[in-house]
Amino acid sequence: MKPIIEISHLSKEFFIGQQRRRSESFRELLIRKMGLSKDRSPGSKGGLARFVALDDLSFNVAEGEVIGIIGRNGAGKSTLLKILSRITDPTSGTVHLRGRMASLLEVGTGFHPELTGRENIFLNGAILGLRKGEIVAKFDEIVAFSEIDQFLDTPVKRYSSGMYVRLAFAVAAHLNPEILVVDEVLAVGDMAFQKKCLGKMNEVSRGGRTVVFVSHNMAAVDNLCHRGIVLERGRLAFDGSTKDAIQHYLNTAAPGVSAQTVEFAEESPGRKSVKKLLRKVELFTDGDAPLHNGLVIGGRLKARIHFKLLSASQSFHVGLGFNNMFNQRVFTASSQFEPDGAHAADAGAYVFTCDIPSLTLMPGDYTVAMWIDLGLSKADWIEDAFRITIIDSDYYGSGKAPWNGMFVLPQSWRLETSDEVAAERVMERAAT
Amino acid sequence: MKSDFELVIQRRKGWQAVDLREIYLYRELLGFLMWRDIKIRYRQTMLGGLWAILQPLTAMIIFTFIFHKLAGVKSDGPPYPLFAFAGVAAWTFFSTAVGQASNSLISNQHLVSKVYFPRTFIPIGAIGAFLMDLALTLLLLGVLMIYYHWPVTLAVLELPLFVAGTFLASAGLGMAFSAVNVVYRDLKYAVPFFLAMGIYVTPVIYPSRYIPAKYHVLLALNPMTGMVEGFRHSLLGTAVSWPLIGESFLVSIILFLAGLMIFRRMETLFADVI
Repeated sequence: MKPIIEISHLSKEFFIGQQRRRSESFRELLIRKMGLSKDRSPGSKGGLARFVALDDLSFNVAEGEVIGIIGRNGAGKSTLLKILSRITDPTSGTVHLRGRMASLLEVGTGFHPELTGRENIFLNGAILGLRKGEIVAKFDEIVAFSEIDQFLDTPVKRYSSGMYVRLAFAVAAHLNPEILVVDEVLAVGDMAFQKKCLGKMNEVSRGGRTVVFVSHNMAAVDNLCHRGIVLERGRLAFDGSTKDAIQHYLNTAAPGVSAQTVEFAEESPGRKSVKKLLRKVELFTDGDAPLHNGLVIGGRLKARIHFKLLSASQSFHVGLGFNNMFNQRVFTASSQFEPDGAHAADAGAYVFTCDIPSLTLMPGDYTVAMWIDLGLSKADWIEDAFRITIIDSDYYGSGKAPWNGMFVLPQSWRLETSDEVAAERVMERAAT
Repeated sequence: MKSDFELVIQRRKGWQAVDLREIYLYRELLGFLMWRDIKIRYRQTMLGGLWAILQPLTAMIIFTFIFHKLAGVKSDGPPYPLFAFAGVAAWTFFSTAVGQASNSLISNQHLVSKVYFPRTFIPIGAIGAFLMDLALTLLLLGVLMIYYHWPVTLAVLELPLFVAGTFLASAGLGMAFSAVNVVYRDLKYAVPFFLAMGIYVTPVIYPSRYIPAKYHVLLALNPMTGMVEGFRHSLLGTAVSWPLIGESFLVSIILFLAGLMIFRRMETLFADVI
């Protein structure tokens, strides 16, 4: 079967001139066309720079796939969505769409502040491609979803921003296309409503619909999508499972904040050592993929610690201490917790690998201290050996990033009816 | 559930055909856009829809005093106030429609940059919304006709033809101006001036017979010449020169097609430039 979306060799260039022309008047056009303008640098069109937003991008989306597109600002995500939504044309290349498409590049497109909630439902629905009959049929459902029924006949300019977003999303959530293109719309609204939207999106994606979803909310991408695509400078940088795509994105998102390999300087303010034994550390994540920067909540951290022993040691251990941004120690890993007991070795160079299968710290930046003890005495200690960033992810599979606290731990909840009468009797008996 | 529908998105260059199938698919939206414009035009105003008739009424009163009473301009049959009002009704529709349509893309840029639908709906919808104002103005004309005891003739059946001609002319200019306005905002200043001057080269205040017949070919190049004469003919039963009306119709149709072509050609730029 042919893919429902087929993108081949798609490119989009902007001449910054197209934006500058925004303020170009007819007089300036004449001057430019007649070659009277002096500010014309060679190699560019009309003296204006070229910007490549998409560069020979090709990929397919199969029917029913829910695909997340991630990338830094300016990576071409929005341009891709605009081309898919037919708002702008590509410079070259083609897209084949084999199904009815609806796009949501913002919530409330076409909402008019002077119109009432009821009127805006109809207007917005029509703009998003719903037929009048469909809107009438779904009207009650939309109103119920938006929770604004008592303000239905109030102009939306009097709405709070939360109400506005709820109404707008309610209309959007009831679209029924074969292909749905969604941009960042979940970045708005209060927590409870965000969750409701995610639930609705989930429902949509389970209904066999093809969804192309762009978001900076990694938890949402992780929760909704089956497949992830990372764009970098308009090119396809990664295409694979959502988790791998997010990790790829995080690894390249802010290079230089912390490197995958950290070599330790002989002298540094944070180093308190008797002997300079620690040499370097290499960081990896799942599948021994190099870790450059961030790790999702509960991601695997493998630290390969390179060190040397100047003489044979009967008992030595290596440790890692994770400090949060308030410099509180939140977690300590040490080879002395190994059940097999102390490690012993002759003089030489070694690599100690510390494997933490699931680092369930709260999202944030952590500095990691590293040390090696020989016997009972500290031999080498580096206070700020490396840094690691834990990134929001959908740890609980609820689409919500955890908040408040230091750790993200597995949990489950169960609801039962209580036998209050029996409980009261127990209390009474205890009192007498 | 998958339809056989297949859409190819690629660069569109040069002149574009009009996709009638697509316009049919989206037809309800055109209605909604017109409905929106009508709904919001007079929201939060005290006089509301009265504004639609106040403007032509005031214009008619001023014209009657200055041009009829002071300058001695005569109508070609009906009482001068009726004569002027019928002309003003057609002209007001044309000039407000062209003025609004020219700015329509810019004032709807949030739609242009966020969602797809046939772009021609934006200027056409803006113009369509003024049909409501025109209907109200014509109602008032009916009241004035009763007041002046001026009879309606069978020619009134031709009115839709002249409304359509006016619509075509204003849509053509509106589409062309709105498209050019996206790139060059100069039109924002040029169009109101052109519309303010236009009333004097159109036989609104004076009948066309005031102009020597040898210039009529020239006069009718202004499509509103034929349309204003036609409005008067169908509403007040005045005599008309059909060649003059025919020429204006032809110009209206050419304007509409040219406007549509310019609009379709520039359409691919809108989202990038607006």
